[in-house]
Amino acid sequence: MAVCIAVIAKENYPLYIRSVPTEDELKFHYMVHTSLDVVDEKVSALGKALVDQRELYLGLLYPTEDHKVYGYVTNSKVKFVMVVDSSNTALRDNEIRSMFRKLHNSYTDVMCNPFYNPGDRIQSRAFDNMVTSMMIQVC
Amino acid sequence: MADEALFLLLHNEMVSGVYKSAEQGEVENGRCITKLENMGFRVGQGLIERFTKDTARFKDELDIMKFICKDFWTTVFKKQIDNLRTNHQGIYVLQDNKFRLLTQMSAGKQYLEHASKYLAFTCGLIRGGLSNLGIKSIVTAEVSSMPACKFQVMIQKL
Repeated sequence: MAVCIAVIAKENYPLYIRSVPTEDELKFHYMVHTSLDVVDEKVSALGKALVDQRELYLGLLYPTEDHKVYGYVTNSKVKFVMVVDSSNTALRDNEIRSMFRKLHNSYTDVMCNPFYNPGDRIQSRAFDNMVTSMMIQVC
Repeated sequence: MADEALFLLLHNEMVSGVYKSAEQGEVENGRCITKLENMGFRVGQGLIERFTKDTARFKDELDIMKFICKDFWTTVFKKQIDNLRTNHQGIYVLQDNKFRLLTQMSAGKQYLEHASKYLAFTCGLIRGGLSNLGIKSIVTAEVSSMPACKFQVMIQKL
């Protein structure tokens, strides 16, 4: 389903990034990096919005020819970026939203793990498995 | 309910555990408060991640402080902060007239000198929570008569 999933820390360095092995990894890293500016822009615009519009899910950040990039920012300013193949038109906004929800739940579990140091790279196997399941669901 | 007592008991044990290890020379004597504070910091970071999972994005600093006073405090201490004051320049004073961790000790001034070790963890809790929400701060506690206490949060501007 997703071709690349990344978790970016408050200070904008990657905590976790994984992409499908069949494609060029560097390209995805580049796309995620580019998306951070859009995330910043969206967050600062959202700050002024009404309460019910201040959602954690940011929606589509930007589309490219082959991919779509979606974003999500938690209250602790940790960013989740997901790159989806744009040929997959069956994927609706609601599904993306629920995928981010799952990702956030999993991230919270990692944060609450006493053996995890906040700010370190995520090496949790449970988190890894969850990401894998999101990547292979449809494709 | 028994589960409410669990946190109190665990916290009491934690404080006495840290101080006992200081007596045996494992921790430097003056470092006990710091150690408790650091424990609170890590716990606060984890808790805030969990509590803010389903809330809307915060508007500003005051919004965050309100969240700490209401939702956060209610979940941890089963009551809200009684009074929140601010000078709008980065100093917040949170007043709790019946702080749960002090209710087990006799009210008044008798054990005032021991109060600080029972407040260190909570100071860390606040500081950890705020730091995870992107606010750097210094938190100090002040007791004049138990079980009331005040937490002063000083926001560090970048």
